Amino acid sequence: MGETIIKIQNLIRSYQMGSTTLNALNNVTLDFTTGEFTGLIGPSGSGKTTLLNIIGSLDLPTSGSAEVLGRKIETLSPKQAAVLRNFEIGFIFQTFNLLPVYTIYENIEFPLLLQPQLKTPQRREMVRQALEWVGLADRAGSMPKQLSGGQCQRVAIARAIVKKPRLVLADEPTANLDAQNSANIMEIMLKLNRELNTTFIFSTHDEKVIKHLRRKIKLADGQVVSDESI
Amino acid sequence: MIKFLLKGLLRDRSRSFFPVLTVAFGVFLIVFLTAFLNGALASMFNTTAHHQTGHVKIMTQAYAAEAEQSPNELALLDLADWLAKLRAEYPDVIWTPRISFGGLIDIPDARGETRVQGPAAGLAVDLRAGSPEIGFLNLAKALVRGRLPEQAGEILLAEDFAQRLQVAPGDTVTLIGSTMHGSMAVNNFTLAGTVRFGVAAMDRGAIIADLRDVQNALDMQDAAGMLLGFFADDVYNDQQARALQTVFHAQYQDIADEFSPALRTLLEDSGMAGYFAMASSMMFIIALIFVAVMALVLWNAGLIGGLRRYGEMGVRLAIGESKSHIYCSMLGEAALIGLGGSLVGTFFGILLSYWLQYHGLDYGAIFKNSTMMVENIFRAQVTPGCYIIGFFPGVLATFIGNALAGLGIFKRQTAQLFKELET
Ligand SMILES: Nc1ncnc2c1ncn2[C@@H]1O[C@H](COP(=O)(O)OP(=O)(O)O)[C@@H](O)[C@H]1O
Ligand SMILES: [Mg+2]
Repeated sequence: MGETIIKIQNLIRSYQMGSTTLNALNNVTLDFTTGEFTGLIGPSGSGKTTLLNIIGSLDLPTSGSAEVLGRKIETLSPKQAAVLRNFEIGFIFQTFNLLPVYTIYENIEFPLLLQPQLKTPQRREMVRQALEWVGLADRAGSMPKQLSGGQCQRVAIARAIVKKPRLVLADEPTANLDAQNSANIMEIMLKLNRELNTTFIFSTHDEKVIKHLRRKIKLADGQVVSDESI
Repeated sequence: MIKFLLKGLLRDRSRSFFPVLTVAFGVFLIVFLTAFLNGALASMFNTTAHHQTGHVKIMTQAYAAEAEQSPNELALLDLADWLAKLRAEYPDVIWTPRISFGGLIDIPDARGETRVQGPAAGLAVDLRAGSPEIGFLNLAKALVRGRLPEQAGEILLAEDFAQRLQVAPGDTVTLIGSTMHGSMAVNNFTLAGTVRFGVAAMDRGAIIADLRDVQNALDMQDAAGMLLGFFADDVYNDQQARALQTVFHAQYQDIADEFSPALRTLLEDSGMAGYFAMASSMMFIIALIFVAVMALVLWNAGLIGGLRRYGEMGVRLAIGESKSHIYCSMLGEAALIGLGGSLVGTFFGILLSYWLQYHGLDYGAIFKNSTMMVENIFRAQVTPGCYIIGFFPGVLATFIGNALAGLGIFKRQTAQLFKELET
């Protein structure tokens, strides 16, 4: 397999709830390599989102370490973390989170505006390509509210991959979609994984997602209970 | 990036239109209130200026020192020279001499013997046709019986005074006073008409006479107790008055010579400096209250808007903006909205104020039977300050409101932002 791009060691993330301490992640040690198509599987509250957020540098470990693409998350300044997310990581959310006042085109272009080295023609070409990947080239000028849920999630995927990040983190991406749309976006993500060698990490408890995964990491109460690859 | 954010701001009316409206409304009120207060203050000042002090007043230093006693022996001499000089040097100011004098009014009966007597306070002004004084003293409107003086030797009496003396227009009135040099002066005048000003001090025992008549009567040729200056727009401007004072004193004042002239501003001469300071601080307090109220409203609007924008904040963080960058862009938006709202509010505030400045609000019609007849049209007063005063509270309130709302949002954990974003 490819090189190791994420190295998590003895990771603990705890929340103080009054007098008790709740360990959302309890001593997690995991490696991920380039090109993986992996799911964090577990019931609600098992720590999936917490782990994705730490990998994505949106949250910090309480103890232990998380090294992502050569950078130790716990040592990054907010600016450095922002740069890491900006250039290397794409996020996909359960609730799509498109910006309602912007067109589809503008939503996808947004991450590129944060990369000052990209000029307008370059950005235009990148957005066009991303729209093609997700099959929405004809909806560039639409507003999010004119699109179905499945289409919105495809826009969100386009927004996550338009800058060609090495890592995409998708938190329950199919939870708000029907079977047809779920299958459709899984296909798109599999294709991107194959063609661009993008690493995908999902959090999910959806069978329609799980059946496509090549590696399944089961979490329960903040701990890894199994880790199988095929 | 900035273009992108601006686009979003313009498209999201709840973020642009409504806050701008809120700010505009607040700023509108501040601007209008300021002009309203200015107007009230100006009309108060103007009554005083017209009746007593002018916008500036020149007297000899000796006269100024005991001005309440109208010491005409200390009057300013070479009046014609002074007028010519002042009119040449300060052509924007209307200069007009006055003499304030005291004396006894004596009404003779058919045989020429005293019928009634009473002490009088006289004011001699230029009453020739075309004199600005007729307007300053609002004589046409103040007239109760008879007409304004037209010929030499004609005078006006306060209506109440005339009633007490039981005289009517056409009657002869004798003034017993003292000349500039201290000897007794007895002169006969004809009563042309009676006036009522609605100002107790003027209505009690007042004589209004033409300047030249009084100069002749009191042996004050080419002299006057005081020389009043009025700004061309008839609006008191303290800065302008003080500037004029500085220039005038540098040129003409000689502290050692008590007959050299001194120039006093309306505020100094009327003792209204206190009012003025109070009005200024009142304006400041009003502005402060508006800032606080508007900041509160906008803070809440910002919080609600911020809650609505959790999704956007979360996405922007995830996409690779830092919190500080997002916070700054929020403040930038706030500044823009504050500026926009202030512009709109100032525009409409000034518009309404100008309307009220030119048309006036005739509250004389509301108080028909009131004896108050001076300045009974209220006018707002737009000053340069009105153009800028709204911007401080407008921009400040929006800024503070959004800064507080933003802090509220960002003090939460980033991860928490995502939790709420999911549900
Ligand atoms: N901000 C927080 N404060 C307190 N507890 C939290 C917070 N975020 C998550 N948790 C707790 O951590 C645990 C794991 O949460 P999460 O990672 O969201 O699970 P999942 O995504 O698998 O449903 C849960 O018990 C949750 O209640
Ligand atoms: Mg979750």
